[in-house]
Amino acid sequence: MAARKNTKLKPAHVGKKKIAVKRYWDSTQKKGGEDAEEQKKTEHGEQKNNLEGGMPYLKKKRKAQTGKMGISGKVDPFPGLAPISKEKLKKFKRGEKKKMSVRTGGRLKQSLSRAEVASKLAQKQAARYDLLLPEDAGCLEGDEDEDTCIILQEDIADAVDITSGAKYFNLSLSQFGPYRVDYTRNGRNLLLGGRRGHVACMDWQSKQLTCEMNVMETVNDVKWLHSEAMFAVAQKKWLYIYDSSGIELHCIRKFNDVLRLQFLPYHFLLATASTTGFLQYLDVSVGKEVAAICTKAGRLDVMALNPQNAVIHLGHPTGTVTLWSPNQREPLVKMLCHKGGVRSVAVDKTGTYMVTSGLDRKLKVFDVRTFQPLKSYFLPAGASCLSLSQRGLLCASTGNIVQVYRDVCGTPVKKPYMTHRVRGSVWGAQFCPFEDVLGVGHAEGFTSMIVPGAGEPNFDGLDANPYRSVKQRQEWEVKALLEKVQPEFIGLDPGLLGMVDRAGWEQRHQDKVQALGFDPLAKVKFTPRLKTKGRSSSGKVEKRKKQVAHEDQRDQIRETVERLQKEKQKKENNNTDRGQRSALDRFRK
Amino acid sequence: MKVKVLCRNPDDYVRETTKDIQRVPRNYDPSLHPFEVPREFTRALNATKLERVFAKPFLASLDGHRDGVNCMAKHPTSLSTLLSGSCDGEVKMWNLTKRECTRTLQAHEGFVRGMCTRFCGTSFFTVGDDKTIKQWKMEAPSYGEEEEPLTTILGKAVYTGIDHHWKEGIFATCGQQVDIWDEQKSSPIRTFSWGVDSFSSVRFNPVETHLLASCASDRSIVLYDMREATPLKKVIMNLRSNTLCWNPMEAFHFTCANEDYNLYTFDMRRLDIPKIVHMDHVSAVLDLDYSPTGTEFVSASFDKTVRIFPKDHGHSREVYHTKRMQHVICVKWSSDNKYLLTGSDEMNIRLWKANASEKLGVLAPRERAAMNYNDKLKEKFKHHPQVRRIARHRHLPKTIFSQSKELRVMKEARRRKERNVRKHSKPGSVPVVTEKQKHVLTVVK
Repeated sequence: MAARKNTKLKPAHVGKKKIAVKRYWDSTQKKGGEDAEEQKKTEHGEQKNNLEGGMPYLKKKRKAQTGKMGISGKVDPFPGLAPISKEKLKKFKRGEKKKMSVRTGGRLKQSLSRAEVASKLAQKQAARYDLLLPEDAGCLEGDEDEDTCIILQEDIADAVDITSGAKYFNLSLSQFGPYRVDYTRNGRNLLLGGRRGHVACMDWQSKQLTCEMNVMETVNDVKWLHSEAMFAVAQKKWLYIYDSSGIELHCIRKFNDVLRLQFLPYHFLLATASTTGFLQYLDVSVGKEVAAICTKAGRLDVMALNPQNAVIHLGHPTGTVTLWSPNQREPLVKMLCHKGGVRSVAVDKTGTYMVTSGLDRKLKVFDVRTFQPLKSYFLPAGASCLSLSQRGLLCASTGNIVQVYRDVCGTPVKKPYMTHRVRGSVWGAQFCPFEDVLGVGHAEGFTSMIVPGAGEPNFDGLDANPYRSVKQRQEWEVKALLEKVQPEFIGLDPGLLGMVDRAGWEQRHQDKVQALGFDPLAKVKFTPRLKTKGRSSSGKVEKRKKQVAHEDQRDQIRETVERLQKEKQKKENNNTDRGQRSALDRFRK
Repeated sequence: MKVKVLCRNPDDYVRETTKDIQRVPRNYDPSLHPFEVPREFTRALNATKLERVFAKPFLASLDGHRDGVNCMAKHPTSLSTLLSGSCDGEVKMWNLTKRECTRTLQAHEGFVRGMCTRFCGTSFFTVGDDKTIKQWKMEAPSYGEEEEPLTTILGKAVYTGIDHHWKEGIFATCGQQVDIWDEQKSSPIRTFSWGVDSFSSVRFNPVETHLLASCASDRSIVLYDMREATPLKKVIMNLRSNTLCWNPMEAFHFTCANEDYNLYTFDMRRLDIPKIVHMDHVSAVLDLDYSPTGTEFVSASFDKTVRIFPKDHGHSREVYHTKRMQHVICVKWSSDNKYLLTGSDEMNIRLWKANASEKLGVLAPRERAAMNYNDKLKEKFKHHPQVRRIARHRHLPKTIFSQSKELRVMKEARRRKERNVRKHSKPGSVPVVTEKQKHVLTVVK
């Protein structure tokens, strides 16, 4: 992007028209008048960017450099710093610029403006760094009058390189299906949980089985915990935790009849939804139950996690979706989404969109920040399992057909991006993080299908690294545990902690009372002094008490009267100021 | 059909040999790093906790004196050298790196009242109870040589303090009056007195080197210009000031340690109201010294504690105490801004870190980066109640804790009383006097 712009950069105040230098990567050149217009537009944007980009001294430098000869006698065609596009700057923006109030002064103002400059610089550097990211996202384009949705998985697997082709495979496990699927956060390991007790975890790329067992019980859901060393299985009665070699570590009797599991990786919380309508949170780092909330909504078998703020979304047979945090007994938000029951919910990576599907055979997209419906689609058969990929592809399965939609949240979608028919009806589907792969668990086993453009191409090595060594994983684990976010911070806005908490008068007063150890504004109860010689008879005491009691009231009344008088005076003054009084003024009110 | 599928070459992401460091590709996309603020907060909280865990400021105790340490002097050029004078007239020179006494000399009969080094570091001056000013060579006498002062001046009265000019061969003493001496002459070149019978300390201004200030026993602080024949002005306070110290970076500002448990920072140009009142000690403050950066100072008190105050804060950021340390009489801040030295009644000199949790020694680059990051985080979240509570907590000896509580109660009672008086008197007849205004009586010019 930046490269293309560079070619069109033209120093505006150099009068002579100059031919832009052509670069070898410059393959997508447009032609004709349209091109000229486009160029004008980009130039305009460019200039604006220049104005906002860079610190003032840098700007000056750039101006000075334009048109200057280098040592070799050539003019630098790209003087100064490379421009940054607005979208990229926006991507790395953190919050709006705060307006300082007029009273903000001195040291605070200085430090705030310094912080502002630093954050702007950080934003720009991060945006610049984006250019250096090594990988590009995948894509799939059909030939002319060829729909991408009719392209078969086998054709894709043949067309791509051998490593990628091996990512399309089927596991036929017809005995213990249907299967639930879960990938680890770095996308290396796969966990399969068959309804009839078959649990298997494997490194799906090398297809090495780590462990396989049959728990001899119904399995409702499976979930990896923070790393590939442990996973949780919701079985018929209790919740179990196994390690990667299949050894049972814990049987948690506090969590019964669990239907769905979600893991909050930064909080080390395992959220469970049960048939009894309980939403429970287990802190897996210390093994304590953090919260048990009775949702009073019956059987909870639709659950999703908002990865941006760790709020749990639950779908109910009444057609409502409720949002929960462990800190509140009641739902944070309750929204009516469908006329029938909710079948599935998914929330995207940025925490902006929520996709729901219901028994009314509709697929709806909501903005979770404003709780407004954005799009509504009608699917003839309805969708059962929804899953959103890192780059916003939506997987919706109807019966044994898996459909993948592109850009559901933005433009209205007419037809799916990809479809695939699996052998059994789908029970679980999840996109593999950082890979162009969708894992589908169904009645006849498991299918891993290639969905080009699904995964985030560039991972962050400190967060979720698919290529990490054992040592790195151990170090990461320690660090992650050290910065475990407390469950108290879960709320709709995760950035709330960084805001200024303007304590109200009451709060400040309470703090003051706590600091001082007494209430400075508290009224001391009047106790009349003991007087001798019959002056402390009960009647006299009462009289004295009354005098004091009415004093405050009298003060208040006096103040009000004074204020009213002043206002009246002011009004009269205004009236006299109006100049000559006419005879008709006497009728004025 | 055109298709491109994400396929990474592991060689780009895994180190080549085990001798390499691991490759860590980064992607700063905010959506890949959720919970930025809560995670940073947790890090800040951890950093604050660790700071308190590692807060072990006490480094060493130098013992050897046979009476209480009455005064100390820093060497102007050598960081490892310290001079100390005790109440039995003995002066000791210390090597701080080895933590041992390198030289001992019997300088005076009675107390060594004050000492200072010459700005070049070749000699030092002591004054004592035997009414003499003595100049000594910095290096020890060679073998067979007598330990003798370079010069000895016998005065008329006891000298209580001495300070050397920062650039010239001139020094000032105080006692019954303030005298300015030329090193070459045996009588003072100038004498100042302003109806005061005794002074307790005198200090040259390190920036405006002609100026000096002194604390007098009639509760006043007097300012002088060396070039003039008479003192400039004085401020009289409620109680006596023991010592004062100029800010080495801000020429106009000085701080004085007062008997009323407080320290006062004055602007020399406006003496009628102190800039800041530093409160926290629970007994008379005996000595103070500024850090060489001029941002903080350390004070020593009769309440057996040492406190560090930021120059523009009313309360201390740090308090040091040990079970064995008695009344702290003198204190110095080392010239590298890293250590504190305290001399106390029970004959010991103690070496402290100026920043209690600082790690001493050379830091690895990654260690330094982590430390800077943690410092920034602590700074960012310092006002958060959870962080502030941990960062502020200091353990205090029971006596000091209860005394400070008592003082607080007394202060509150006084305030309440004043408020009640104001409430029951004619409006405007009882003016509001701020804490700063309370302690200054008058300014005389």
